[in-house]
Amino acid sequence: MDSTQSLEQLESEMLAAVAAAAGLDSLESLRIAALGRKGSLTERMKALGGLPADQRRAAGQALNRLKTTVEQAIDARRSSLAAADLEARLVQEAIDVTLPARPQPAGRLHPVSQTVDECVAIFGEMGFTVAEGPDIENDFRNFTALNIPPEHPARQMHDTFYLPERDDGSRLLLRTHTSPVQIRTMQSQEPPIRVIAPGRTYRCDSDATHTPMFHQVEALVVDETTHLGHLKGCIIDFCRAFFELPDLPVRFRPSHFPFTEPSMEVDIGCTRSRGELKIGGDDWLEIMGSGMVHPNVLRAGGVDPDRYQGFAFGMGIDRIAMLKYGIPDLRTFFEADLRWLHHYGFLPLAVPSLVRGL
Amino acid sequence: MKFSLSWLKDHLATDAALETIVETLTKIGLEVDAVEDRAAALAPFQVVQVVAAEPHPQADRLRVCTVETAAGEIVQVVCGAPNARAGMKGVFAPSGTHIPGTGLDLKPTKIRGVESNGMLCSERELMVSDDHDGIIDLPADTPVGTPFAAIIGADDPVIDIELTPNRPDCTAIRGIARDLAAAGLGTLKPAAATEPVAGTFASPRRWAIAADGNACTYVVGRSFRHLRNGPSPRWLQDRLRAIGLRPISALVDITNYVTMDLGRPLHVFDAAKLSDDTLTMRLARAGEELPALNDKTYALDAEMTVIADTAGVHGIGGVMGGAVTGCTETTTEMFLECAIFDPVQIAATGRKLNLQSDARYRFERGVDATSGDWGVEVATRLVLELCGGEASEVVRAGTPPSPPDPIALRLGRVAQLAGVILPAARQQQILGDLGFETVANAADRISVQAPPWRPDIDGEAALVEEIARIHGFDNIDPVPLERLTSLSAAAITPAQSRVARIKRALAAQGLHEAVTWSFMARDHAALFGDVPDCLALANPISADLDTMRPSILPNLILAAGRNIDRGHGDVGLFEVGPQYRDDTPAGQALVAAGIRQGNAHPPHWAGPARVVDALDAKADAMAALADAEAPIANAGVFRDAPGWYHPGRSASLRLGKAVLAYFGEIHPGILASLDVKGPIVGFEIYLDDVPLPRRRGTTRPMLHLSPYQPVTRDFAFIVAAETPAADVLRAARSGERQLITDVALFDVYTGKGVPAGKKSLALTVTLQPTDATLTDEQIEAVSAKILASVEKQTGGVLRG
Repeated sequence: MDSTQSLEQLESEMLAAVAAAAGLDSLESLRIAALGRKGSLTERMKALGGLPADQRRAAGQALNRLKTTVEQAIDARRSSLAAADLEARLVQEAIDVTLPARPQPAGRLHPVSQTVDECVAIFGEMGFTVAEGPDIENDFRNFTALNIPPEHPARQMHDTFYLPERDDGSRLLLRTHTSPVQIRTMQSQEPPIRVIAPGRTYRCDSDATHTPMFHQVEALVVDETTHLGHLKGCIIDFCRAFFELPDLPVRFRPSHFPFTEPSMEVDIGCTRSRGELKIGGDDWLEIMGSGMVHPNVLRAGGVDPDRYQGFAFGMGIDRIAMLKYGIPDLRTFFEADLRWLHHYGFLPLAVPSLVRGL
Repeated sequence: MKFSLSWLKDHLATDAALETIVETLTKIGLEVDAVEDRAAALAPFQVVQVVAAEPHPQADRLRVCTVETAAGEIVQVVCGAPNARAGMKGVFAPSGTHIPGTGLDLKPTKIRGVESNGMLCSERELMVSDDHDGIIDLPADTPVGTPFAAIIGADDPVIDIELTPNRPDCTAIRGIARDLAAAGLGTLKPAAATEPVAGTFASPRRWAIAADGNACTYVVGRSFRHLRNGPSPRWLQDRLRAIGLRPISALVDITNYVTMDLGRPLHVFDAAKLSDDTLTMRLARAGEELPALNDKTYALDAEMTVIADTAGVHGIGGVMGGAVTGCTETTTEMFLECAIFDPVQIAATGRKLNLQSDARYRFERGVDATSGDWGVEVATRLVLELCGGEASEVVRAGTPPSPPDPIALRLGRVAQLAGVILPAARQQQILGDLGFETVANAADRISVQAPPWRPDIDGEAALVEEIARIHGFDNIDPVPLERLTSLSAAAITPAQSRVARIKRALAAQGLHEAVTWSFMARDHAALFGDVPDCLALANPISADLDTMRPSILPNLILAAGRNIDRGHGDVGLFEVGPQYRDDTPAGQALVAAGIRQGNAHPPHWAGPARVVDALDAKADAMAALADAEAPIANAGVFRDAPGWYHPGRSASLRLGKAVLAYFGEIHPGILASLDVKGPIVGFEIYLDDVPLPRRRGTTRPMLHLSPYQPVTRDFAFIVAAETPAADVLRAARSGERQLITDVALFDVYTGKGVPAGKKSLALTVTLQPTDATLTDEQIEAVSAKILASVEKQTGGVLRG
């Protein structure tokens, strides 16, 4: 650069060069050429010392002004170039956002587990706790203690799976209902008793609507005051909460079970049309057996029937799951078909609770 | 139990509508299964006059008939029946009618160009018979407009109730009427006469009961002579036909009638076909058999009661009579049997012979205890009325059942048990209507005698049931269960809660929960450990479900196979349920088991598929155990998984001696035996043996957060190839207890640069200072300790 060039000329040339800088690199070269240690402006600054003292001040001020102007121009240009660079990079970095996400494991809970958890959530609110017992039971707890004597026709109604006869002639069996847990509970716990017993049950039966294994949930209440009105209240509350229909009709019909007296069957309102069954409506569907615990059963459980009384009921877990979730075929529950498990199963975080909604 | 409305009204004076009766039956515990109202289905079909029948102009076999209905309407119908003729009375269905026999709905149509607006029906089209040779041709005096239902007696609805086993009284139509009357649906008409009919001669035949423990306790009978058997009268035939019984002859029809009407089975022997003068109730002898009235021959055994004489067996007591000595249209002499049998023995005999009969149905529930005597008298009157002749004096054997003891009913008991307050008078009235007799009356209790037709009444609770049932369960107010605590407490124990959580944890791992049978094929079970004989089912439903499962895995593996066969591989399944070591309650273990088959994840744009390996099963097991808050940090990994796992690719997780879990690749030989394509990895967690976390209140330990940055250092160690990685990690960690907070394995390498038989394990060690930033000297010191520890414990040296 010509050292004699006027500052005005120098300024306009420099600003033009800055404006014309095509990229950050060339802008940086310009900056070094003007403002670096050996830059043209720096050199002029250095040369100020050689001027007479009276000119030095004015020339210094002019040079400083020029320097500031150029610096600002470079900064401004740098910002705009950087913004353009970023914009170009972002355009280049674009990806196909329609790509499927990386696979995540997605398992499901079986409807039986979910239904049990729902029952626990509802009965838990009513003060019930969960009792359990083994699948392999003896004749006493499965039949005799439940007021079903050896020759009772109910023993034929229950098609029982037996284990081999033992040396003493007795035979263990696979429990045909969850009711033996009633006996176990009464034998191990003083009233007041309020338990539900969900679990596997077995009957020697296999056709379109029966499977050799299925699930039941049993309820037992024993105290000094619980009567048939409470039984009705408890079952109505349960049915309406479980099926999530606050005005679901519930009907109680006299019936007969050896282990309860009085006994009743429970029907809920339903609608049948074109082969489809819907819960709610003015037709009836039987869903469980219930009644006041028979004095003989209380006695077998070691409970004094003159002091204590209570109710019991039991229903099929698979069956109420079928009804609630519209699952047409019981047999499919036990086939472990992935398509079925995925379709009818439940997400693991969907934990049922009454306060959060089932 | 089936009965027609008109038969019910023989016993019940009521003007209640059919719907009310049906509704009430269900309400009092006699659940109505079906109401067959054939009149409703047949309503459109009415008698018409055929006024003309001209040949069809276009078809030789068709006729163009003109019919006149009761309303005077003239309708043209094209008819193909050969018997269609002018002047006949037929049964007409107008257009729009659904024809039951064809399932079609009639529409106005043109047949070969001639309009046809309805149909003259055949018996088959109305499902009355199979006759389709021509249209129904009614007697000339049949009034036009008569509903067809009335002509065939189908205007009497038939009700079918599902009887619970405790109600023998309602195997009698009279019993049903009694219940309805008690429920306020009319009044019970007087009973049939049961006073003794005097005999005119001594019975030439007698009854005997052998003292051999047979089912008969009491039998009554008498002889009849000079009878004229033949078809029974129309009213009796109609009664029987309406409920699906075939009229046979007056004598046989009488037995069926009394069975249905009063729940009192009877048997009539053709006395001319009996050679001895004594009929004996006794147990059958081995090898005896009986050709029965149903034309089948039954082999009898020594637990069955028969009616026999020296010539042989003539009936199976309480179940069915014999064909040879049965009455026919030519019978003139008859010997009557009216017996009481033990219900249990009759039920057993019927089951063993697989023989259901109207008699068995009643005897196995228990007939009226006094019916031995009155049954004979009722039958005698009917026989004399319908067949004439004479009746002998009555003959008996055994003793009639004694009446049961009276039952005390505390009058407050109904309120206490049933939750409804009923005045004493109302309680007594209900019991009285049902036939209970009050034998003692105190201020707070009564004592009642159950009627002989209610053997099921076994105590006070049964009386409460009767009163509540007739009062109506609908009339008992529901009461919410009283809360025991103001807020609900935990419904499940920590152990139960853990099971529920583990299921959700495994589902969150990506596995689907299955529920499979608790039993399986014995040969499959044997692949998964010893199966004691006590766990073989005595009566399995099929051979492939004959043994209680010793492990859940085989069921899951087979399920994987079925899914693969359906074209859905890459299976991930788990089940939480029982498996069985022996038949004791302690022998039932609660196990969470799972498998993965095929790819852990499918091929994807972001990477290739990865085949499952044992460590996937380990991850599943660890996730479940972590969720169970099991002390997995203290658990050791041992190479001693059972034989159904790949010996080199499996392990147990143990806490002390207790096995918490097994995991690994399933043995290829096992998969081959089960015929399922591998690889499959699996795990089994023994939930009963996983200790519950000890709860020490709800507070967590104090959290100390260091203000100083952690430092990481990487090391690569060369160790023998068989050295477990866990040993190296543990050795590194134990090099310095205070500062090391984490040791992570980030590379396992063999190959170039690593000597044969060795491997390189690369670790990142994290040091967390708590007091001050670490100096280089401190870090060097820790590194030296780590090197020394690894070398000492595993022989590992830093990779050069």
